[in-house]
Amino acid sequence: MPIMEHKFKRPKSLKDADTHYCSGCGHGILHRLVTQAIDELGIRKRTIGVAPVGCAVVAYNYWDFDCAEAAHGRALAVATGMKRLRPDLVVFTYQGDGDLASIGLCETIHTANRGESLTCIFVNNACYGMTGGQMAPTTVIGQKTTTTPWGRDPKKGDGWPLKVSELLLNLEGVCLAVRCSLSSPKEILKTYQYIKKAFTNQTEGRGFSIVEVLSPCPVIWQKEPVEAMRWVEEHMRKFFPLGAMKDI
Amino acid sequence: MGPKTKAKSKMPDKILMTGNEAMGEAAIQAGCRFYAGYPITPQNELTAYMARRLNQEGGVFIQAESELAAINMVFGASCVGSRAMTSSSSPGMSLKQEGISYLAGCELPAVIINVMRGGPGLGNIASSQADYFQATRGGGHGDYFTPVLAPFSVEEAVHLTMLAFDLADYYRTPVLVLADAIIGQMMEAMSLPSKSGFKKKILPKNWTLGRTQKRSSSIVRSLFLKEGALEEHNERLRKKWERIRRAEQRSALYRTEGAKYIIISYGSQARIATVAVDILRNQNVKAGLFRPITLWPYPERSLVGIADKIDMVFVVEQSLGQMVEDVRLSLPGKKISFLGRAGGGVPTAKEIVRFVKSKIARKR
Ligand SMILES: Cc1ncc(C[n+]2csc(CCOP(=O)(O)OP(=O)(O)O)c2C)c(N)n1
Ligand code: SF4
Repeated sequence: MPIMEHKFKRPKSLKDADTHYCSGCGHGILHRLVTQAIDELGIRKRTIGVAPVGCAVVAYNYWDFDCAEAAHGRALAVATGMKRLRPDLVVFTYQGDGDLASIGLCETIHTANRGESLTCIFVNNACYGMTGGQMAPTTVIGQKTTTTPWGRDPKKGDGWPLKVSELLLNLEGVCLAVRCSLSSPKEILKTYQYIKKAFTNQTEGRGFSIVEVLSPCPVIWQKEPVEAMRWVEEHMRKFFPLGAMKDI
Repeated sequence: MGPKTKAKSKMPDKILMTGNEAMGEAAIQAGCRFYAGYPITPQNELTAYMARRLNQEGGVFIQAESELAAINMVFGASCVGSRAMTSSSSPGMSLKQEGISYLAGCELPAVIINVMRGGPGLGNIASSQADYFQATRGGGHGDYFTPVLAPFSVEEAVHLTMLAFDLADYYRTPVLVLADAIIGQMMEAMSLPSKSGFKKKILPKNWTLGRTQKRSSSIVRSLFLKEGALEEHNERLRKKWERIRRAEQRSALYRTEGAKYIIISYGSQARIATVAVDILRNQNVKAGLFRPITLWPYPERSLVGIADKIDMVFVVEQSLGQMVEDVRLSLPGKKISFLGRAGGGVPTAKEIVRFVKSKIARKR
């Protein structure tokens, strides 16, 4: 009887490199999911990734396919230029909440509304990681950051957590708007399935797909990695319900 | 997928077009197959022209949500190897500076047309040359330059737009065509050249993204975090700017034989200055015109070359005095007089004649 063997291999799309991410950071898990999906769909040799300005700014050091940087918030405009000229390619952006939901929100809405055939991986960590923990549009109410030292307070003019997936779901050009989480193995598996779906939507030319991923940022949140996972479950999910807002 | 160089539809020998449309057609003829832009007067005809023609040529036209988005779409288009262009006018150019800096840092070719209007702020929609500093000093953040070409007729606008694409590809740099409202709006008969006349051999783009079938993966970026890496990158760029400075200075002369007085102007203002030169010559004043075609690199070599025999230099601009600084840098110690009007004011031929004659009289 043949022996059943399951080897846990690194996806080809993921370089064998040490990352600069903090321990317990969601980016590591998410890089794995994205690269594995690309491998599994067999699209590595025709994929271009557009890196954001944020903690994932040098994601191309870890990804083994063609990549470009984009100015802060402009990843979807850059991706639009690429994809329109080369519909045969698979183009995706990987953006944080400052990048996608603050400085780049105009590009986000219009790219989605044009129904560009793109895949957008949106990392919601409720803060600006790279610049040292300021308030992001997605910072939850009461959350302390360097620029909301007493906690985010809508009454003080800080605004409410911006729900990007809900914002986009009514746009005709969007075929997938889903919010996932990296807070448990079960949710990670779901995230993986949706990432694959978001790429398949593109190869089938179905429109704009966005996968919003609630992702732990233990260092800025000043929590142990496990505690940070729990914080996603207990605090972020209150403001950011999981599931597919739109999946057609 | 490289740029298709031959446009499908043929043009007649002599055609009548506005500067804006002509620059659009020139881009098509040069193989531009991607345009993204955002409406702004006085260059809207160019955007509309590209919408129509790129559709006919099977290229990509996008009306972007902003100038920021437009220049970044061009960034993406350039990454995958297309000849790509955007255009705007002064307020929109302020927004494009971020993208131009990234294009320069990533060494991506692209053509950007600025049909200048009055500023600062929203200004007005009349002709102006007030973006000279922004155009010739990089414009965005960081240490960089972009070649800047300034047309003085519709025909030259065509020629320089085509040249811009060749320069951009050859040097892997964004290139600016700095036109103004007069050039953009005026209509002239002209012939469409099939080539820009650029002599150097442009190599195939082996650096573009989306070709992973044939090689290992590659990256387009301007971020260099390792110690010393950015300085090295900047040093490489500096050498490129130096090469361009040496090789690409362009200028034209008008009636400079035996001239003792020289007027220096560019763009539509140079057109007006030719009339002033004719009037002055008719009155036996030995005046001529020096007309920079490249504003960066500034054609200092030719300027210095003619300056010996010149008694007085007059710089005339549709601004409060911007190019005049490059003239001062090129001709230290020379007596230089400046005449300028801003905010849509255009120095007329009569004003120039009066100005030149009064300065000469005062010197005597
Ligand atoms: C135009 C511009 N403004 C500001 C910055 C500084 N900056 C770098 S990263 C960043 C925020 C990143 O936050 P986010 O997108 O949430 O990503 P994260 O770091 O949390 O992964 C900012 C403001 C910049 N690089 N460019
Ligand atoms: S700051 Fe947060 S998002 Fe950035 S690497 Fe560290 S844990 Fe990850």
